[in-house]
This record gives sequence, C-alpha cells and structure tokens, in this order.
Amino acid sequence: MSGQNAALAAKNEQDTVISLVDMNKWYGDFHVLKNINLEVQRGERIVICGPSGSGKSTMIRCINQLEEHQSGTIIVNNQELTNNTKALEKVRKDVGMCFQHFNLFPHMTILENLILAPIWVRKMPRKDAIDLAMTYLKRVNIAEQSQKYPGQLSGGQQQRVAIARSLCMSPKVMLFDEPTSALDPEMIKEVLDVMEELANDGMTMLCVTHEMGFAKSVADRVIFMDGGEIVEENEPNEFFNNPQMDRTQLFLSQILSH
Amino acid sequence: MTMVFQPSPDMPPPASQTGLLHWVRNNLFNSFANGLLTIIGLAILANIIPPLVNWLLIDAIFQGTAETCRQGQGACWAFVDAQIKLFLLGPYPTELAWRPIFSAVLLFGLFIITARHMLKTAHLVVAWLILPLPIYWLIGGGLGLEVVDTSEWGGLMLTLVLAVVGILASLPIGVLLALGRSMQNKVIKGFCICVIELVRGVPLVTILFMATIMLPLFLPTDVEIGILYRVQFGIILFSSAYIAEVVRGGLQGVDKGQGEAAVALGLNRWKTTIFIILPQALKIVIPPLIGRCIALLKDTSLVVVVGLLDFLGIAKAASQDAEWLGFDAEAFVFCAFIYWVLCFSLSRYGRSLEKRGQVGHH
Repeated sequence: MSGQNAALAAKNEQDTVISLVDMNKWYGDFHVLKNINLEVQRGERIVICGPSGSGKSTMIRCINQLEEHQSGTIIVNNQELTNNTKALEKVRKDVGMCFQHFNLFPHMTILENLILAPIWVRKMPRKDAIDLAMTYLKRVNIAEQSQKYPGQLSGGQQQRVAIARSLCMSPKVMLFDEPTSALDPEMIKEVLDVMEELANDGMTMLCVTHEMGFAKSVADRVIFMDGGEIVEENEPNEFFNNPQMDRTQLFLSQILSH
Repeated sequence: MTMVFQPSPDMPPPASQTGLLHWVRNNLFNSFANGLLTIIGLAILANIIPPLVNWLLIDAIFQGTAETCRQGQGACWAFVDAQIKLFLLGPYPTELAWRPIFSAVLLFGLFIITARHMLKTAHLVVAWLILPLPIYWLIGGGLGLEVVDTSEWGGLMLTLVLAVVGILASLPIGVLLALGRSMQNKVIKGFCICVIELVRGVPLVTILFMATIMLPLFLPTDVEIGILYRVQFGIILFSSAYIAEVVRGGLQGVDKGQGEAAVALGLNRWKTTIFIILPQALKIVIPPLIGRCIALLKDTSLVVVVGLLDFLGIAKAASQDAEWLGFDAEAFVFCAFIYWVLCFSLSRYGRSLEKRGQVGHH
C-alpha cells in the first residue's frame, strides 16, 4: 500500500513540468505578482486570462525567467530557477515561447530563423537542422516561404513561423504570450488552428489569450487573474458556465456580452 | 441569395502635369519672393561660373613646364602632372611603387567584393579586419620584403593608410567599448565610460601631440616606436571612442523583444549579442558610421602638425618646390578634388549598403 503511494508520488513528481510555489514579484515598489501557486502536469493545456495589467504575461515570462521573481520557488523540468545562468540556459532550451509581436529576427530568412538555435544551442549539424526546420515549416503550412524575410510575410504567417521556430528546439513546454493579439481578425484563425493541432499532439501549453473560443475547445484548465493574483481556476465548462467568484463573473460578462 | 463580390478594376492615377516648364514654375517662380531669389541666384552664378570654368579648364595648361604655365592665364595642371608621384606616394622609393599600388588594389577589390556580396558576411568581416596587416606589410616591408622606413611614407598613400587602418581597427574596438558600456558589470562599464569620455573630450590634435611627445616618456628608453605607428595608435584611439558612441545608439535602437526571443530559444548572452543584437544595431548605424569614416579621412590631414607629410602636407611641400614655385592654388584644388571624390564615393557606397540592408525589412 505504502509502496504504491510512493510510486504514485514519484510518478506525480515526474509528471509535474512546472511548479510555482508562493511566487512573488515586484517592479520596484509595485507588487505585480502575489503568492502565485501553480502546478502544471505534462500534457496539460492551460489558458490564462484576465484584464490587462493583471500580471498574466509577467507570470508566464517568469517561467523562463525573462522576468526575475523575488521570492518563492519556480521549478521547471525538475530544475529550480535561481540566478545560476548555466542552469537557466538549460531550462530555456526546453521551454518554447511565442510572443505577441512574434519577434522573428528581421535580418535572417525564415529558414535561418529556424535553424539558428538548433545549430548553436543543440549543436545540431546544419543539414539536420535544415531538415528539421523544413519539417516544422510544412507542419505550419508555410514551407514555400522559407527563403523570404520576416518582413515579407503577413502577421499570421509570421506567428506561425515563430511557433515553428520554437518547435525546432523540441520543447517540453510551450508558452504563448497573447499570440493573436497583434493580428488582423482574418489571420487569428490560422494561428489558433496551428496551436490547436499542437495541443492535440499532447504538447504541454500555457497560453495567455483573450480567445475564449480557444479556451473552451482546447484548455484543460482556465486560470483567471486580476491584480497580480490567481482569482479562480477551473476546467473550462465550469469556468464559463458556473464561475464562483464575482470578479470572474464580471470579467466574463464584460468580454462575452458582444 | 448570395451576391458575388466583384473587385473594381485598378485605374491609373490622374494624368499629372509634368514637364520642365511646370517644374520651373512650381519650384523656382512659385511666389514673387522666390522668383526674385531665383533671379539673384542666377546673376551670382553667372558671375562666378564662367571665370571658374575658364581658369579650371579652358585656359588651363595641361602640358609643359613651369615657364609655359607662368605665361598662361589658367590653372597649371602640368605642375600636378609633373609632381604626381609625389602627390600620391610622397618620398616613397619609386622602384617599389608597386607595393602601395598593390595594397590599393587589395583595398578596392575588397570594396567591390563587399558591394556585390560575393562572400559570406562572416568571411567579409574577417577579411576587412585582417586587411591592415597586409597593407602595413606590403608598404612597410619586412618578412622577405625590403624594409621602407616610415619616414619615407607620404602623400595620398599615407592619408589612406592612416584612415583605412584607423577605421578598420577602431570598428571592433568601438563595438567592444559600446558593448562594455551597456553591460551590467560596474567595473567594465566604468572603464569603458572613462575611455570614451576622456578621448571624446579632447581634440584630435591633442591626442596626436600626446602620441608623439608623451608616449615615448612612458616607454623604456631602449624601446622605440616609429612616429607613424604612434600617430596611427592615436587615430585608432580617437576614432574608437566616437564609433563606440555611434554603435551604442544602434544597440539602444534594437527592439527589446529581439534579445528576449533569442534568450528564450536558449542562446546565451554572447551568442544573442553576436547573432541577433549586433547585426541589427550595426545596420541601423550605417549612415552615422559612414559619416565617421568620412570625417576621419579628412581628420588625418591634422598629422601635418606632428611632421608627417600626408596628402595635404605633400601638396603644400610640392608647391614650394623651387622649380614649380607659386602654384599653391593648383595643388590645393587638386587635393580638394581628390578628397571630394573619395568622400563622395564613400557616401554613395554607404547609400548602397543601406539600400541592400532594406531588402525584406519594414
């Protein structure tokens, strides 16, 4: 019995990809993140929503330490994030991130954008990196653009390239920081389709987004944040149909009223 | 029932009023005051240009001796022709002239290779950075070549060596200073700020004097570094500080998201700087960098004050030749013309680099 429990605990341990414990962050005197506690299991799809300034972007940026936290613990892939640069670089290899403004490298072709990290971080031979890159470009339906520069692509295409660029590092987790917020309405779908496909393949995903349709159809869990705190988290059906907190109800009524 | 949306066909823009007359009316005589200014301007030009053209070309003497020149009215280009070796190479031994000429071929060859992008960027950068070595070796000798003492260097050759080597050596130093200045480490940052601000706070002439007079005081007596090398060192130091500030501006102009994206992919700080930040920063600062090159090319004429005979210095020396006394104007006009050709070409070259960099960018 106890042996079984230990095995279960070990399995749990192993399957927890991200864990935030009592995490706090300040910008100067401003307390942006307050006592954040969050566990993400392998394969989980989590959508984080909330009003602007609620700290949702800051929270996922702490997970790969684009922002430092000042207290509490963050463990990613069994590695605690401290100011040990080497350990941090190792964690970042396995955590992919997509940004609101894509942040493709404008002085490199699409292909060069994709093969840079596999070659220089994973030490992959150039030829293998190109094969890998073309595989992922095909997967996001954009292989024919590989020799173009980012500036020659539409926003939706650029974001798909950015997703492919992250996937080339074979990440264990993908973080999405408002990936569709800077896109024209007609381009949002092509990016969400790629993300949904990724979710169906079992990728662990944390996604800050305002796309509630995406949250309903893809997420295992929806997290609502306000004022730097996690106000409520639930599975999507419960979250949208039966929100517990008045703040969540207000937020949902605001964004779903149109 | 669904209606089929038919996009409207494209129409040409309304026929514009072009043509010379229209341009003249719109740009030169679009108001009474502007019309008046145009007429005054034309009157001034009419008084300056004909005599200038007469002196420069029509009455000019292209062949002959000092005697034929003195009898003529126009410019004496025969003087420049007679002294051309002095203008270009100074007192450099004539029988070894192929060496500086070959250096010039290397330099311009690399310009063309760069402009046509015939090599990979990384190879180009390396080629440019090591170029000073073959230049100094070819002109100065050693390692199997007959040594030519630096006191025999002069003319346009000396100007180009000081400027080209100055720019090429100060670019990497300037980039390092700029990177150092934007680092978190307080000691490195402080050191870079000190170097940059000290050098920028002093005129080039002062640095040249310090390099020639004060540097030997700090060196052991048995170590002697030729004056040319000391001057070159001073020029590199001076140029580095200015380039550092130009590059720092570029570093600040690169979007923060670029570094974040690179770091998020797992690249460390140095790889992020080399592959992502620097290429974009340098592209932003091509125009001011070309400006620095042009300024430095002209600033090298200050080495006259420490006794080196650069292009301008040799022009003055040539016009004091006993046989060709009194042709200062020709010497300086020729000098100015060559400087202008060089600087203007550099400026055009910079424009072409900028245009090439714009492919595929917003």
